[in-house]
Amino acid sequence: MEVDITLRVDGEDRPLRVDTRTTLLDALRERLGVTAPKKGCDHGQCGSCTVLVNGRRATSCLTFAVAHEDDEVTTAAGLADGDRLHPVQQAFLDHDGYQCGFCTPGQICSAVGMLDELKKGWPSHATADLTGPVDADDDEIRERMSGNLCRCGAYAGIVAAIREAAR
Amino acid sequence: MKTFDYRRATDVGTAVAAVAADPGAAFLGGGTNLVDRMKLGVASPDLLVDVTRLPLDRVQELPGGGLRIGATVRNSDLAADPVVRAHYPVLSQALLSGASGQLRNLATTGGNLLQRTRCVYFQDPDTPCNKREPGTGCSARDGYTRYHAVLGASESCVAVHPSDMAVALAALDAVVVAVGPDGERWIPLTDLHRLPGDAPERDTVLRHGELITAVELPEPVPGARSAYRKVRDRASFAFALVSVAAVLRVADGRVRDVRIALGGVAHKPWRATRAEEALIGAPATAEEFERAAGIELAAARTLRDNAFKVPTARNTITAVLRDLARGGDS
Repeated sequence: MEVDITLRVDGEDRPLRVDTRTTLLDALRERLGVTAPKKGCDHGQCGSCTVLVNGRRATSCLTFAVAHEDDEVTTAAGLADGDRLHPVQQAFLDHDGYQCGFCTPGQICSAVGMLDELKKGWPSHATADLTGPVDADDDEIRERMSGNLCRCGAYAGIVAAIREAAR
Repeated sequence: MKTFDYRRATDVGTAVAAVAADPGAAFLGGGTNLVDRMKLGVASPDLLVDVTRLPLDRVQELPGGGLRIGATVRNSDLAADPVVRAHYPVLSQALLSGASGQLRNLATTGGNLLQRTRCVYFQDPDTPCNKREPGTGCSARDGYTRYHAVLGASESCVAVHPSDMAVALAALDAVVVAVGPDGERWIPLTDLHRLPGDAPERDTVLRHGELITAVELPEPVPGARSAYRKVRDRASFAFALVSVAAVLRVADGRVRDVRIALGGVAHKPWRATRAEEALIGAPATAEEFERAAGIELAAARTLRDNAFKVPTARNTITAVLRDLARGGDS
């Protein structure tokens, strides 16, 4: 079944006709040419397809594009303000938070979403006191980023970048 | 993937009618499991009715005490809910131990309950599986069984239910609200999921077209503490090998109230009623907790690779109750 939808991607309305089977990830990459989110495992396990949907991080491979009419989708390519990088992007550069770069757009979207969750005071599995304030310490960062894998093993730089961006 | 029609539901009645009228239809929540199963060729609905925009996204305190959780409340929002964190910490902890941040943002309360087993044989259409194709046999029973059931399994299926949230809800005496073509009914959470028996293709007692609209929690047990502990192969983003949800109230050194549920060991969240009965009125000591765990686990039947789950469950039950009795958790 084909459906006409409009996706709002990185601040622009993008009308397109999609087969209902098209995931949000495939619509972005294959139909709209937005290649920042990457297809790694395609099963929600690696996090390289992570985008922000209405500001919240989500795996774009496990959701159909038709379900996102009226949603605001932000990819890593839409985070910068003109030529000025998003603070999380700059922190990844400053701290070598990547090697080959394949997982990086997903890592960065995930980090942006995760820092917002921290700001809202959401606890994590690493939080000892569920009702107390939450610190962005390294254990919290590692736990909250466990949905993003980096096969180059740039984790030390990724944690350092997020630690700085959280300040 | 087979082609399918997609409809976005705007009210519960229309959603239920649409799915009930079509044997090949399915409700679509966050999709984190259903979409994956469609990709794997394990599910092939011809119509998806998207229920995520239904007005079921609120967590409300009930007038008589207790909490009503809408079926489309996302797992991340439920875990972060201030009332849940303060009064049902076992539920927050269970949710936060499951999946990853980006999956919890998608996954819904109803969908979490209705996710299906991650048994590798069930997820592989090239192998026989009674749950996927009734009557074809169970590939797991003589296969790799590290992740399989030790309680309540049958000759036809040894799969486990994957949810953490459901284990906490079992310990909290939650009730599921479901709406079908014939109206609304209330199902105790512990009766929602089935043991496999000779019909492992049926995970729950829900009928086709019935939609979970809410989960209700009774008032917290006054003076009780609760906690969830999950044992897994890595520290984060992995399914449970064994998990324990417990609610415990101790007075004068004795157990006054206790509810224990186990995850990772059975086809459904396993409420450990035998252990609970053995503990009421008993001294709140590690020895007693271990004795009660042993009584519950006496019925365990292990397979080639999962015998470790019995001592792991015994030790985890003991540790969780011991910590709760000490006042370690809230």
